[in-house]
Order: sequence, then C-alpha cells, then structure tokens
Amino acid sequence: MTQIAMPQPDPLILAKRERIIAGLKERVPAQWVITEEDERRPYETDALTAYRRLPLAVVLPGSTEEVAAILSFLSREGVKIIPRGAGTSLSGGALPQEDAVVVGVGRLNKVLDVDFTNRTARVQSGITNLAVTTHISPDGFFYAPDPSSQLACTIAGNIAMNSGGAHCLKYGVTTNNILGVRMVLLDGTIVDFGGETFDQPGYDWLSLVIGSEGQFGIVTEATLRILRACEGARPCLLGFDKVEDAGACVAAIIASGIIPVAIEYMDQTAIRICEDFAHAGYPLDVAAMLIVEVEGADAEIDVLLTHIEKVARENGARIVKVSKSEAESAAIWKGRKSAFGATGRIADYLCMDGTIPTGQLPYVLTRIGEIVAHHRLRVANVFHAGDGNLHPLILFNANDVDELERAEQAGNEILELCVEVGGCLTGEHGVGIEKRDLMEKQFTPVDLDQQIRVKLLFDPDWLLNPAKVFPLNLHPLPLGRAA
Amino acid sequence: MQTSFSLAQLADSDTRESEKILRTCVHCGFCTATCPTYLLLGDELDSPRGRIYLIKDMLENGKKATVEVARHVDRCLSCLSCMSTCPSGVHYMHLVDHARKHIEETLPRPFADRLMRAVLATVLPRPELFRLSLFAARLARVTSPLLAALPFQWAKRTVAMLALAPDTVPMRSPYSEPVTIAAEGPRQGRVAMLRGCAQGVLAPEINEAAVRLLTRHGIEVVFAEGEGCCGALVHHMGKQEASHDQARRNIDAWISEMDGQGLDAILITASGCGTTVKDYGFMFRDDSAYAQKAARVAAITRDVCEYVLTLDVQPPAMPSRLVVAYHSACSMQHGQQIKTTAQGLLRKAGFVVKEVPEGHICCGSAGVYNILQPEIAGRLRERKAANIAKVTPSVVATGNIGCMTQLAGAVGVPVLHTVELLDWASGGPLPRKLTKNALFAQHG
Ligand SMILES: Cc1cc2nc3c(=O)[nH]c(=O)nc-3n(C[C@H](O)[C@H](O)[C@H](O)COP(=O)(O)OP(=O)(O)OC[C@H]3O[C@@H](n4cnc5c(N)ncnc54)[C@H](O)[C@@H]3O)c2cc1C
Ligand code: SF4
Ligand code: SF4
Ligand code: SF4
Repeated sequence: MTQIAMPQPDPLILAKRERIIAGLKERVPAQWVITEEDERRPYETDALTAYRRLPLAVVLPGSTEEVAAILSFLSREGVKIIPRGAGTSLSGGALPQEDAVVVGVGRLNKVLDVDFTNRTARVQSGITNLAVTTHISPDGFFYAPDPSSQLACTIAGNIAMNSGGAHCLKYGVTTNNILGVRMVLLDGTIVDFGGETFDQPGYDWLSLVIGSEGQFGIVTEATLRILRACEGARPCLLGFDKVEDAGACVAAIIASGIIPVAIEYMDQTAIRICEDFAHAGYPLDVAAMLIVEVEGADAEIDVLLTHIEKVARENGARIVKVSKSEAESAAIWKGRKSAFGATGRIADYLCMDGTIPTGQLPYVLTRIGEIVAHHRLRVANVFHAGDGNLHPLILFNANDVDELERAEQAGNEILELCVEVGGCLTGEHGVGIEKRDLMEKQFTPVDLDQQIRVKLLFDPDWLLNPAKVFPLNLHPLPLGRAA
Repeated sequence: MQTSFSLAQLADSDTRESEKILRTCVHCGFCTATCPTYLLLGDELDSPRGRIYLIKDMLENGKKATVEVARHVDRCLSCLSCMSTCPSGVHYMHLVDHARKHIEETLPRPFADRLMRAVLATVLPRPELFRLSLFAARLARVTSPLLAALPFQWAKRTVAMLALAPDTVPMRSPYSEPVTIAAEGPRQGRVAMLRGCAQGVLAPEINEAAVRLLTRHGIEVVFAEGEGCCGALVHHMGKQEASHDQARRNIDAWISEMDGQGLDAILITASGCGTTVKDYGFMFRDDSAYAQKAARVAAITRDVCEYVLTLDVQPPAMPSRLVVAYHSACSMQHGQQIKTTAQGLLRKAGFVVKEVPEGHICCGSAGVYNILQPEIAGRLRERKAANIAKVTPSVVATGNIGCMTQLAGAVGVPVLHTVELLDWASGGPLPRKLTKNALFAQHG
C-alpha cells in the first residue's frame, strides 16, 4: 500500500449516514446532493490519484447561504467536511474520507462585478482561474497568478493553496493578488475578510486565510486585484548542452538586474514530452532549456532580449530562439503549462514541489538525478526556475505497487534535500497529505504548536479538512486509529 | 491512472482499448474546464474526468450500467472538446463509445426512452422515411403546446424534435440516386461524396453547391451505388450492430469505386459524418473481412474543405466583404482537428471572417442530442447564439448540418454551409437562403 496513513472512519458518523443525507437535502435541492456509490466514486480523489477515499456524500451548493446552512448543520452533527474546488490538487488537499462530506464549489462559477477603474474583480470562488482572465481580457486586463493548471483550477483552490505560477516571478503569488474573501465559518457564520483595497484596518485575517488549505472555512467569493496587460510580451527559448549551465544562467540573468516575467526550466525528457503535445518548436537535442519571457513596449522587449541573449551565451547557451509571433508564443506556453498532463503520454508521475535558493540549482539537479536513479526510476524536471520552485516529475508505473513505493520514497528524499539546502517543502502545491508527515523536518515543535493553535481557533473539533497538513500524531483530538 | 482489469477482461478487444486509454489519463482535470456540460452544471460527474472515472469503475468491476452512470454518459455531447484539451492524448471518443455500447447492452431503459431511440434510429438514417416524417412533423406541431405542458421527458423530447423540422420540406435532390457528375473541362481528379441521410433531405443545396464547386475545378464526383448513412447516429446510441451494418454498406460501395475507376478521396460535407467515416478503420479493427477495407476507406476520407484546399480556387475579382461568423462544428475542430482550413478558404474567397468567442464550446446539436437532451441543448444554443451575436455577422457559416439546424432559428441571420459560400464566390449562384434578403441580392 501507499505510505501515507489516513484515519479510520468514525462508525458513529457512518451509522447516521441516512440522517445526514436527509439533512443535506433539506438545505440544498436534492439533485445537488450526491449519494449513490457510483456517483460518489469520481469524487474519491483529486490529482494525486494514488490516494482514494470514498466520501459519505457530496454536496454542490449554489449560493453562500446554502454553504452556510450546510456547514452549520454538518458541524452540529459532528461531520467532517472536505472543501473542494476543481480537484486538481497535487498534494491530496481535496482527498475525502469515508466519514466526511465533500462540499464542492463548482457551481459557484460566476463573475459578480468588475471595476476597471479601481482594478478589482469580485467573483464566486468556484470560477476557474483562467475564466477570470478570459472575462476581462477583451478590456485589456488580466488576473496575474497563473498556475499551469489555470485552465481548470478554481480561485477557491488557489486561495487555499496560495498557488503560484510561471509569471509569479514578476507579479507575486495568490496572496499578493487577493484583496478580500467572503468565507463561511464552521458554524455557518458568513464573514468578509479584507476588502476592496490592500491595507484594511484591523488584523490581517486575509493573509491568514490564504494558504490555509481549506481548514479555516469555506471561501465562496473573492475580490481579486486585476492588472492592465502590458503592451506586449515575448518569450525566448535558451538551449543548453549542460544542465549546470542552465542553472547558472538563471542565477546570472537575475544577478544582471533584469527581472523577466518568467524563467522556466525544462530538462530533455520534459522537453520531448511537451513538444510532442504542443509542437512549440522546442529544441530536442539539448540537455536543458529555459523559457525566459519579458514584457513591455516593443523597443523595451528588444533591449531586454538582446541583454538576455548575451548573458545566456556567456553561460553556455547553444541555442537562442526568440518567438516571432503570438501563435508561437502561445504554443511555447501551452507546451510548458501542459507539462504534467503531457507526461501521462509516457508514464504515471508523482509531481514534487519544493523550493530552493536559486544558487543551489546545479547541485540539487545533480542530487535529484542520483536519488531517482538509486530508486531505479526516471525523472522529468520542469520548474519555475526564477523563484527556485522545483517540480521534478518522478515517472513510474501506477499498476506496479513496488514502483509506486519507490517513487514515494524518492519523492520524500528530494523534499528533504530541499530543506537541507535551505529551501522549503512546498513551493505552491500545498502540504495536503503528501507532505504532511514531513512537516516536522521543516518546522520545530514550537512552530507547529503555534500553527495548530490558530487552526483550533477556527475549527476546535478538527472537522474541516482533517488529517491533512499536520502529522496525525500532533492532532490534539483522537482522529481514530490510523489505517 | 492505476487500473485493475483481470486478464480475462483484457481478452476482450474493447476492454483492452479502454484500459489503454484509462492508463494514459493522469486525472489532471484540464478537460473539465472546456466541457460544455461541466460549464453549465458544475458537477464533476458531468465532466470528462468524471465520466472517465464512472466508466472506469463500471468496466473494471464488470458492473452492469446503472441509471446514474447512464444519466451522465447520456448527457455527454460527444463533442470531443475534451480530446482537444487533454495534454496526455486520452482517446475519450473510443472510451465513451465503448461505454455507450456497454450501457445499451446492460441497462434496460424505460419504455418511452426506448421507443424514442428506436424511432430516431429507424427514421433518420433512411432518407425516404425521414422525408415523410418531416411532413408528418409539420402537421404534428400543432400538438406541441399541449405536449410542452406535460411533465414527462418524452414529451419535452417530442417537442424538441418537432421544433427542429423545417417549415418547408425541400424538393428531393437529384443526388439522392447513385449518379456520377462529370468534371467541367479536363478531369483533374475523381472523388466520391457521401450522400448523407438526414442532410440530403434537409439541405440538398449543400451537396449541390459542393458538386458545382468541385466539377468547376475539374473534379468528377460520384455518389456511389449502395452507399447510405454513415452509421454515426446509431453508433452514438451504442447500437453497434446497426452502425456496423450501415458502415459495411458504405465500405463496400466505396471499395468497389476505388477498385473500379479509382478515387482520389471520399468527401464528406457533414463533419459529424466525417469523424465517423475517418474512424472506420478503428471500428473494424477486429473484423478480418473488413479491417483492411475499412482502413483503406478511412485513409482517403476528407472533409470537403480539406480537399477544396488542394484545388486552385481563385479569389473572386470583386470580393463580397460579407461579414461571416464561422462556427466551427465540434466534429470539425475536435473530432477531426481541422481548426483553420474553412476560415482560410472563406477569407481567400473574399469574405470577412470572424471567429466566434468561446468557439470551442458545442452549440448543443450533437447528432440527436438536441432531441434526447432538450434542456442542456437549448441552453447551449442560447449561449452559442449570444456569442455569435457579439461579432455582429451578416451570415453564419459552418460545416455541419446538425449545427445548421440547431442554430437556424436562434441567430437571426442566415446559416450556411461553407461550400455554399465558396461556390457562390467562385462563380456559382447566390445561395437560396440569401436570395430572399435584399442585402445579399445586390451582392448576387
Ligand atoms: C497539471 C497540474 C499543474 C499544476 N500546476 C500548478 C502550478 O503551476 N502552480 C500551483 O500553484 N499549483 C499547480 N497545480 C496544483 C493545483 O492546481 C492547485 O493547488 C490549485 O490551486 C488547486 O485548485 P482546485 O480548484 O483544483 O482545488 P482542489 O484541488 O479542489 O482543492 C485544493 C485545496 O483547496 C481546498 N479548497 C477548495 N475549495 C475551497 C473553498 N471553497 N474554501 C476553502 N478551501 C477550499 C481543498 O480542501 C484543498 O485543500 C497543478 C495541478 C495540476 C494537476
Ligand atoms: S485532461 Fe486528459 S489526462 Fe487530464 S483528466 Fe482529462 S482526460 Fe485525463
Ligand atoms: S465529449 Fe464533450 S460533452 Fe462529452 S465529456 Fe468530452 S467535452 Fe464533455
Ligand atoms: S452524420 Fe448523421 S445524418 Fe449524417 S450520414 Fe452520419 S449519421 Fe447520417
């Protein structure tokens, strides 16, 4: 079996399943309460499919008020709650449990209000990240954080995981782009944190909520900071024969004082996989490639790219290829953003997510190669090199139990390596269940204790997305025997 | 994704294919966002990833289809938007075809449902019967208000079906018989064209325009003896035996032409049919008598616009500059992955072509979907019409008869087949739908 333990379901809750379902149907139209086993099955997992737990029921509310009614009912009944957006979490953040009800926000997918003058957009939380930009792009605006999964993942999930993306090098991650949220607390109270501007009076509850992995409440609406798109943007591809050179080039570009909008790294395996899908014109005969994008007016872009080319050549780049058209730029990004999914063409994968100081890049790359080889597996490396956020994809065969275990072991060693070199366990995918048991490597007992106290403030009975983020042995309440 | 099929299960060819498909899916969820039904309903069960999971669970455990699984698979439009989106190359089409067959074989449907499906499967692929039924539908339409008031799904479906029948039934086409139309001038090529079942009755002008366009450019066109409906319609209802019978007839008809006077291509003017004919090779992969023939047919099958692209169609001396919204049928852009060909041809022919916002989303037609799932189809039609209105076109062009009937009443401007416009721009007559309109008469 897979290595991460989940608690045994509470028999008392299972015993009153009918009553719980009846209660949900009183609060939400019956068609949005999913109870048949067949229909619960697809909700048993997220994008970390090695872990699967059939939920007790799934409910898809259509308004904040319905969410409030559901939460106050479920918390009174002592039922665990798993908030769910699009289920693209790679850390098992949306993994259900047998005695828990999944509350999905997929139906809350509307734009409520856009204020171009003040550059804000108020949306329901179940809208997808890309749909926000699609909605405002005819007016020349965009929402900056761009996880590779932006086509599918929701703003709710982004807030819960404090998601980042390629362009966060310049624009920051989710927390730098959210002005306010409407959230339903466990007892059904509806609260607004933040507002229409940064710097709201009072405690900064908002920052606390962003990145709280669905453990503080259910977010139903958000006010986003939107930005005016630059006059233009152009990516270029830099190809290297040596992996270390690519690593050194990243550091050199940043040291030279330029802040590109994005610097993305792909190794040869990843390049081949993505080119196969996106036909983006990636160089196939290099050991590693960087995608570097700059923005601005045409003249500015020209100057920046000339400078980047010079730095790249000095650092051993053999190929420098600038995008010549919008279509080419789109293909370049399509390839990069599909990297994980496209990997499915050749193997199953575990996607790791750690952050390291960029200077350590060459060393860490070498070590990752060694670790994976030691476990007799292969790896494809893609990552947001600009901010040192690594995503090694460990390739394995999911139908081979032993390979899965070796893959998980290799993954753990890679994450420990990140901590060792002064980085951290998670860049942007969150802790979920995946990194739960490694938290003690990152944090001291005092750190963890403080975090748990905050958690208990919102959720004293540990009902919201339990058995995630904190190692089970630190849970103050018995969560049942580990399975 | 991990799968667990037994060796015995994998002995079945369909299951083997499905297992391969399921293994490529990494459950990343990208496809959900571009699925029309997920967009409307927001329930993962009505998304590709959800359906894949439902199907996986059903097949892996050798379960009979349940009403719930069938509900979500029935709601799938087979628009294949998910296949365009999927980075991992998951062949959803073959998976859902397998599931539909499994559902058809293992789930007894309620009587009214069965009856409706049987009627559609019997009438639509038979042009003569279909013609008659259109007359009948016009008469029966007086009952629509009554039916609409009934709380039954069958009543809603009947209303939807009656609404789709055109106000006037066109004259029978000269191409409803086997016939060869000679090229004008020296013959440059020879092609077979699918007569099509429903299209030939509803809009004979499409094939007529295509024939004029092709023959004018030196191509001889054959409507082969014995050829008929492509089988797509019943195929999508999971009725494999019927669809294979219809397909076999076409394969025989075309092979005899290929081996006789020879064919450069088999042309399809409805992209819905084209997707299926191009898949004949896969459909017959295990049929020793037909596998090779089916693959030969599939290999030379082209959408008409793909073929026209290879001809030397000259731009008109006086471009009309008419603003055309191009609606790319799902079977065109997703099923056949033809993304820009028709638009390019129309531009070259002097039209101002506008892409429709949210163009990757289905109009709700999807074969007989608009009859079987009237609510969802209706919402998708409204959504599509609103998006088309954003580019304020004078006409809408598309390459599929299903979309044409679905959009005809909703967009407020004429809806034409791409070849009708191309034929007109290169010397053919003004399309009939435009003659009534003063704006276009002057162009003619
Ligand atoms: C192919 C692929 C590429 C990816 N690339 C990136 C990337 O580049 N950058 C990145 O940061 N991430 C990436 N991810 C990870 C994932 O997409 C993000 O974590 C995303 O934010 C999850 O959003 P979701 O809507 O799918 O949420 P889910 O997976 O449904 O849930 C994620 C977490 O949010 C919680 N949650 C969901 N809804 C609510 C709510 N309404 N209120 C409170 N909590 C809630 C859940 O309980 C869970 O803990 C990628 C994933 C995939 C599959
Ligand atoms: S996009 Fe492809 S790989 Fe991803 S969930 Fe959908 S079908 Fe599976
Ligand atoms: S074929 Fe269309 S409707 Fe069906 S799952 Fe794919 S995207 Fe959705
Ligand atoms: S697409 Fe439909 S109408 Fe046309 S031939 Fe095929 S089954 Fe018949």
